[in-house]
Amino acid sequence: MNLLGKLDWNAIPLHEPIIMGATGFMVLVVVVVLGFITAKGAWLYLWHEWLTSVDHKRIGAMYCILALVMMLRGFSDAIMIRSQQALAAGGAQGYLPPEHFNQIFSAHGTIMILFMAMPFVVGLMNFAVPLQLGVRDVAFPTLNSVSFWLTASGALLVNISLAVGEFSKATWWGYPPLSEMQYSPGVGVDYYLWSLQISGIGTLLAGINFVTTILKLRAPGMSYMRMPVFCWTALAANLLIVAAFPVLTATLAMLALDRYLGFHFFSLEGQGNQMLYSNLFWVWGHPEVYILILPAFGVFSEVMATFSGKPLFGYRSMVAATMTICILSFLVWLHHFFTMGASANVNGFFGVMSMIIALPTGAKVFNWLFTMYGGRVRFSVPVLWSIGFMVTFVIGGMTGVLLAVPPADFQLHNSVFLVAHFHNVAIGGVVFGVMAGYNYWFPKAFGFKLDERWGKASFWCWLVGFYVAFMPLYVLGLMGMTRRMQHYDNLSWQPWLIAAAFGTAIILVGVVCQVVQLVVSIRNREELRDVTGDPWNGRTLEWATASPPPAWNFAFQPKVAGLDAFWSSKSRAQATKDEPTPTRKYEPVEMPKNSATGFVTAFFAVVIGFALIWHIWWLAIVGVFGAFMTLLAFSFRRHNEIEVPAEEVARFVRSHQAGVAA
Amino acid sequence: MRYGLLAGLLIGAMTLSGCTEGVLDPKGPIALAERQILFNALGIMLAIVIPVILAILGFAFWFRASNERARYRPDFTYSGRLELLVWSIPAMTVLLVGGVAWIGAHDLDPGKPISSTVKPVNVQVVSLDWKWLFIYPEQGLASVNKLVVPVGTPISFELTSSSVMNSFFVPQLGSQIYTMSGMATRLHLQADHLGTYAGISAMFSGDGFPDMRFTVDAVTDDRFAQWVRQARETGSALDKQTYADLVKPSKAVAPFTYRAVAPDLFSSIVNADMGAQDSSLSICSTSQRAER
Repeated sequence: MNLLGKLDWNAIPLHEPIIMGATGFMVLVVVVVLGFITAKGAWLYLWHEWLTSVDHKRIGAMYCILALVMMLRGFSDAIMIRSQQALAAGGAQGYLPPEHFNQIFSAHGTIMILFMAMPFVVGLMNFAVPLQLGVRDVAFPTLNSVSFWLTASGALLVNISLAVGEFSKATWWGYPPLSEMQYSPGVGVDYYLWSLQISGIGTLLAGINFVTTILKLRAPGMSYMRMPVFCWTALAANLLIVAAFPVLTATLAMLALDRYLGFHFFSLEGQGNQMLYSNLFWVWGHPEVYILILPAFGVFSEVMATFSGKPLFGYRSMVAATMTICILSFLVWLHHFFTMGASANVNGFFGVMSMIIALPTGAKVFNWLFTMYGGRVRFSVPVLWSIGFMVTFVIGGMTGVLLAVPPADFQLHNSVFLVAHFHNVAIGGVVFGVMAGYNYWFPKAFGFKLDERWGKASFWCWLVGFYVAFMPLYVLGLMGMTRRMQHYDNLSWQPWLIAAAFGTAIILVGVVCQVVQLVVSIRNREELRDVTGDPWNGRTLEWATASPPPAWNFAFQPKVAGLDAFWSSKSRAQATKDEPTPTRKYEPVEMPKNSATGFVTAFFAVVIGFALIWHIWWLAIVGVFGAFMTLLAFSFRRHNEIEVPAEEVARFVRSHQAGVAA
Repeated sequence: MRYGLLAGLLIGAMTLSGCTEGVLDPKGPIALAERQILFNALGIMLAIVIPVILAILGFAFWFRASNERARYRPDFTYSGRLELLVWSIPAMTVLLVGGVAWIGAHDLDPGKPISSTVKPVNVQVVSLDWKWLFIYPEQGLASVNKLVVPVGTPISFELTSSSVMNSFFVPQLGSQIYTMSGMATRLHLQADHLGTYAGISAMFSGDGFPDMRFTVDAVTDDRFAQWVRQARETGSALDKQTYADLVKPSKAVAPFTYRAVAPDLFSSIVNADMGAQDSSLSICSTSQRAER
């Protein structure tokens, strides 16, 4: 018996210059980063303050950092797809052979949805939701750390697949029979399976954590109808996570049983049913897109209200729209395969249901519109992303409704028109949303604003680049071009694909601007410093505390008397400016203790995943045992909390007030 | 500017469609009806989308903080009348487009036969790795990667797959439909104009996928009869043996015909009691050998 299962030296693609180049670059970056940390002697700091932190703000920031790194990875895939298609016309084969190209688009989809958009959205919720609710942490802080590190484990496995073995060539949705052992005998699909399983469990735990936090931990006086809209959208998204992710886990588990133990859930023989997989996958897959877009809607709501200097228009209708979308998102999955041959009644029903989602979404767009009406709109970077979103998303929504008409879908299904549509809503909605949120909450997280000029440059490049890259795909879809083509014969498509590649280059400039924005902002942090804690004249409770907030968020738990709690307290303070503030007695604060549980569990999760992918059974047993012992050790921990003395809290408040006064 | 870009592209798409082979250049009743639905739905939505985009840009511009003339109304947060408008505008749009969708789903159901006085031609389609097999049961012949049909005649398709999922699609004739092993889907198309049209697989199916193309020749009845006669005289017969050869994965296969077809071939492929089963077993065993 081979101790290393299927793993041997052939697993490393030494003969592929592109892959080895990318691997070399990745290793180099990791070495440089690790070297930098060692040179600065920051290992202990990193371990105590970040890696083992259970502070929701730190975890949120780490989620966002993971997302930004994975965005670079997924975006390099995008550049390769677009350049390959710009070249491979007529007889030309481009520079990527099918087995490589097929991995690239599968990895691009998997990474962008699950390891870029998901961590970014969860990261923003992690950072902002407890602050907006006026509480000190999430309901289960250590679980939160476990969630993050499991997501990071999944991302790590995807990146390992670049250097050791291969990634899936069976698209990001992994439809059987193509993803079965018979047609995908390599380890690619196994990398896909286990990275999704591990990060999926992390996401499910995060969902449970946030639903509990929002339902059970709110500042006194914050009734449901006084919650900021971002918290509502977070609630909806996390309810969807709790309801939908178990479906993904079960579906992928069935596929794993097919691949590992010769079951016949979806296989050709043994009366497996491939249609079952498509249904189950999209029962998760469609709510998944709302898990991503709803929090983005929340960010836009906060940004539009703050930067228009007035409350969100139609708060109740926004809440109703959010919860309607939350429920309806489970009733539309079949529109992903109208062309499977279901009856006219079934197709008609799911077509109409899909359109009905446009109703609350349309109402939301109008509400944002009327939020600007009568406002004083300041064109800061987050607002630019929001207005760019509104215009772009309306177009994406329109093409989405078009695809929901079954006969139109019979013509456009799987074409690049569809690709253009979902990038129109995914980039125009989710990416613009997380970028707005990133620019909006960055000063709160790190105590200084991001540079405006580079931020605006990045926005304009992204916006223009998006239109140049994806409008040609709409045209190509109407010209009959289907997706995922490694090469094509029709020379009349090529000019459009060259235009699309050019658009990707413009987006690349936008991504570079973002990186430069971050570097410039860190360098100029003293000039950009936000001492007030309220750089945008905010409305919700996160702006009521210092930037960055102390570990305990609020010295006194805020009392909430209405919507936009911080705005109304500011207005009250204005009215009672001359009266002396009553002095209050500071009390010690109980905070959850740091824990290495998340990090260590995730380490063992990577071990388990890697061992299962390569059929190294003894190592998988070691991994499971290690993860179990870690959890056991955690559950026998005696001291779960540390007490922050009252003097420290008081000292922090005084120094913050001194800063504000100065 | 952005709207201009969109309009430009749409106009570009419309004008281009005249000279390309896409879904905007239909050659049969199904594709024609589908294009009409596309335009109707697009028209209904543009009527609301264009004003909304203009309003977004207009409001953002007028209510900019530096505009002294715009009235600041920080308490304008709710209006019942506006709220009614806000929900009813998308509701009306959805009602209209939803009607289009519901009626269209029934009228253009791929399984619904095309009503015509002409007797339909039956074609059985099998997607293989990576080519298309077309069986003409009444004519008793088969063709690979080339579909020849008489013009103005409804074609009744029965489709399945010998391996992974594919999607049978002739953009200029209309509706695509999945081919799946172990089951048969139905589709009805018709070509109204003489010509040669491109056919593709619209569902990624592995390494040979981009070359999994076929051509559709829409010819006169006479030419069709002539083609049938010629095909019956050339090539080999398609039986268990030759089918097992055909099933083996191959890329970019040039079209050819079989002079005869075993009568129950299609149903035995659907029931997977030959071919697919054999080939899958052989592929399975090689992969398992590779593992060891």
